[in-house]
Amino acid sequence: MFGKLTLDAIPYHEPIVMVTLAAVVILGAAMLGVVTYYGKWTYLWKEWLTTVDHKRIGIMYIIVALIMLLRGFADAIMMRTQLAIASSDSAGYLPPHHYDQIFTAHGVIMIFFMAMPFITGLMNIVVPLQIGARDVAYPFLNSLSFWLFGGGIVLIMISLFVGEFAATGWLAYPPLSGLDYSPSVGVDYYIWALQLSGLGTTLSGINFIVTILRMRAPGMTMMKMPVFTWTALVTNILIVAAFPVLTATLALLTADRYLGMHFFTNELGGNVMMYVNLIWIWGHPEVYILILPCFGAFSEIIATFSRKPLFGYKSMVYATAAIGVLSFLVWLHHFFTMGSGANVNAFFGIATMIISVPTGVKIFNWLFTMYRGRVEITTPVLWTLGFMITFVIGGMTGVLMAIPGVSFVLHNSLFLIAHFHNTIIGGVVFGCIAAMVYWFPKAFGFKLNERLGKYSFWCWFIGFFMAFMPLYILGFMGMTRRLNHYDNPAWQPYLIVAWVGAVIIALGIFFLLLQIFVSIRDRKKNVDFDGDPWGGRTLEWSIPSPPPFYNFAKVPQVSHLDQFWHDKETGVAYQRPARYEDIHMPRNTGAGVYIGVAGTVLGFALVWHIWWLAGLGLASMIGAFIARAYDRDVDYYVKADEVTRIENAHYESLKQAA
Amino acid sequence: MSKSFFANAGRTLCVGAMMLLLAGCNMDILDPKGDIGAQEKTLLLTATGLMLLVVVPVIILTLWFAWKYRASNTKAKYDPKWSHSTAIEVVVWTIPCIIVGILAVLTWKSSHALDPYRPLQSEVKPIEIDVVSLDWKWLFIYPEYKIATVNEIQFPVDTPVNFRITSASVMNSFFIPRLGSQIYSMAGMETKLHLIAREAGTYAGISANYSGAGFSGMRFKAIASSQEDFEQWVRNAQASSSKMTPEAYQTLVSPSEHEPVAYYSGAEPTMFDGIIYQYMASAGMDTGICTPANTPKIALSE
Repeated sequence: MFGKLTLDAIPYHEPIVMVTLAAVVILGAAMLGVVTYYGKWTYLWKEWLTTVDHKRIGIMYIIVALIMLLRGFADAIMMRTQLAIASSDSAGYLPPHHYDQIFTAHGVIMIFFMAMPFITGLMNIVVPLQIGARDVAYPFLNSLSFWLFGGGIVLIMISLFVGEFAATGWLAYPPLSGLDYSPSVGVDYYIWALQLSGLGTTLSGINFIVTILRMRAPGMTMMKMPVFTWTALVTNILIVAAFPVLTATLALLTADRYLGMHFFTNELGGNVMMYVNLIWIWGHPEVYILILPCFGAFSEIIATFSRKPLFGYKSMVYATAAIGVLSFLVWLHHFFTMGSGANVNAFFGIATMIISVPTGVKIFNWLFTMYRGRVEITTPVLWTLGFMITFVIGGMTGVLMAIPGVSFVLHNSLFLIAHFHNTIIGGVVFGCIAAMVYWFPKAFGFKLNERLGKYSFWCWFIGFFMAFMPLYILGFMGMTRRLNHYDNPAWQPYLIVAWVGAVIIALGIFFLLLQIFVSIRDRKKNVDFDGDPWGGRTLEWSIPSPPPFYNFAKVPQVSHLDQFWHDKETGVAYQRPARYEDIHMPRNTGAGVYIGVAGTVLGFALVWHIWWLAGLGLASMIGAFIARAYDRDVDYYVKADEVTRIENAHYESLKQAA
Repeated sequence: MSKSFFANAGRTLCVGAMMLLLAGCNMDILDPKGDIGAQEKTLLLTATGLMLLVVVPVIILTLWFAWKYRASNTKAKYDPKWSHSTAIEVVVWTIPCIIVGILAVLTWKSSHALDPYRPLQSEVKPIEIDVVSLDWKWLFIYPEYKIATVNEIQFPVDTPVNFRITSASVMNSFFIPRLGSQIYSMAGMETKLHLIAREAGTYAGISANYSGAGFSGMRFKAIASSQEDFEQWVRNAQASSSKMTPEAYQTLVSPSEHEPVAYYSGAEPTMFDGIIYQYMASAGMDTGICTPANTPKIALSE
């Protein structure tokens, strides 16, 4: 009846897990209680959960990303604590079985369930506004993507309390992830969590490509697109090209684990090298999927706050596209040590270095954007400067390891760990936070607290260097990754410094959350009245903050790059049309929620081999989709009178503020 | 505010520099004891130096531009329209291209020179060591001497060592940081590594690829010694009362952690091939054709 699922699957004997479970239950109950107390269920369901509005979906993505940042960081600090004490005779406080799940979960969560939703959320909020669109091309699909992705998160969170998670490392190399060496449900949770969210990501990628190609405001040619939109376009092309590879690879691994096949194990002629190649053919573009939108955000921020157009816009676009293409030609640099010939290794090494050319150009372009500008050192600019300093170091160590001869001694060492945290924290995390602070007033109508934002930045920046510079050194000292215990006492001081760094980063996260909390509390003091709090250059700043649900009362005409800046210069910004017209909008729908929930049930049932439930879950998914397909009531018109009323109210409040 | 930005950035850089200085000693990778490691160290430092030529100016320019063109400095030139300069564009594309061009040549040459599969040039006859990663220990076979050891190897200094590497379990990576290159061990496949030690000593050997619960304890000793000491060590192992029988191998195959060093006599020279070819039978291949004529009993007993 319940497949492999029994009551023993709940880890009663692990106090850390049980305390976490208690905390989750209490917090969850408290949140449900609050919603019930204030009678907000209907509001939550009608306005948020079933929404197809890209701005609200974007906000939900980012809320989830911030929650998962906490989860992933909790894993990180547990690992750092373990390693700060587990020297020589001390075994530390985490048994290997638990520790191995933690580093796997940390990697999976930070990449798939923190960084991915963060950039997807940003693209959701910003892209349609930057191109003068009223929503994405497929609003329902957007909601569906979010809920499929949510299903993945639910599965990975359940794995903490029911059964266990994979103890294989975040890419689950076979044969270790095969049935012989990982017979429990951990890898199955991994597979189905990634399959569900990966499906969501792929659909989202298609959605954004179509949105950007087809829904730009009239006159906005490709070379007049804001640079963030450009990076979003390239990122989504990478998503659509790379994520199906992940899906297929995991499907083959599933066949190995569920159907007794041997694609990746030696019996019957399978080969692990195929898995390693396939997973990195997805995995390397993935890191560019994460970083490109952040590059875009930095470009917008640095131009806005330097009070100048971005230096070398065309260079920036070509560099972005070049990085996109090259990202598919370098995957083998993740395993020079697998025994390929010298020609193959050298090819992939050199291809990798070539990526540093367009990346270097971008850095120079940001530099020359500041040159002869009037740089306001606001929080987003601090994050950007911190990024530029940190990222060039990470880039350098990356190119270093792209040389096969160097990789032979640094592969899998803590030097590698330091390198990719150097680029992912210094690039993606700094970028996401910078973008969040920058576009926050657009999404909510008030600015975030600057002082707390700066505290947060300095804690992150200093904490990062303290946490990861020692790891570079430990790499030189021959310390490899994923150890839960070591016998070399010379390593311990460095690991303690790294632990202190992690604690400082924890402070940075604390200030980040405090910044959000205090800003919400004091929102009346930081109201963004006119929708243009920073002196912006692109279309999203030409409309009120938060924008009305239809975004643009009148679709703008574009003739320039930085159209809004141009309009302000020529004095035609904020001109109201003689009359408004009806606006065609999509209706909210619960179908995405239903399919997401059914998908989660399907995934859970597959993990535990509860076949009847899996059948039910799949049938419900298909049923809900068919029901949605026959739903003819999916859109409506906002009447011109209604638009006029909303716009008048906005201009009225503008006048009062002035 | 800008002031505290630079003060703090400076402080961070100082801390970083201090940590690097403190770390001078016992850095295995930067203090190699063999030719391969020494070449890799030179390569690492050369490439780092080349890249610092760009990285350091970029960091300085970032701080300098942010300071000079800060909004409060109204004396600095402000050029609100300026966003293009062909000269600068040419320079910023060219400089990285030149650096990457030099690095590319370096990469091509070093990839061939340091190819782990390339036998080392030497007057001295190389030592053959077969390496098998198990859960969670290393099995070494010296086919010439018919001995096998667990978690310890010995070889003479100034003598090339030819490693053939496989796994009878999951993937691992065979790595002696002081001597240079690592290479994966994979079941059913043979990888190769060629190393040489120039200084006598006992060096740490590790698995550099996570392989499951006992991974952290999967260490071995690599002892580079004089020829005499090495011969003594071999005789010692040959005199061991433990025989490398199929049963003894089966015991080793079953998972165990922190396995002590062990020596076995009577190891079949073809034992390594047997471990690699064991999958042929299960793949339905005709093992009679695929394996050497004297397929060891060990593999068949699997």
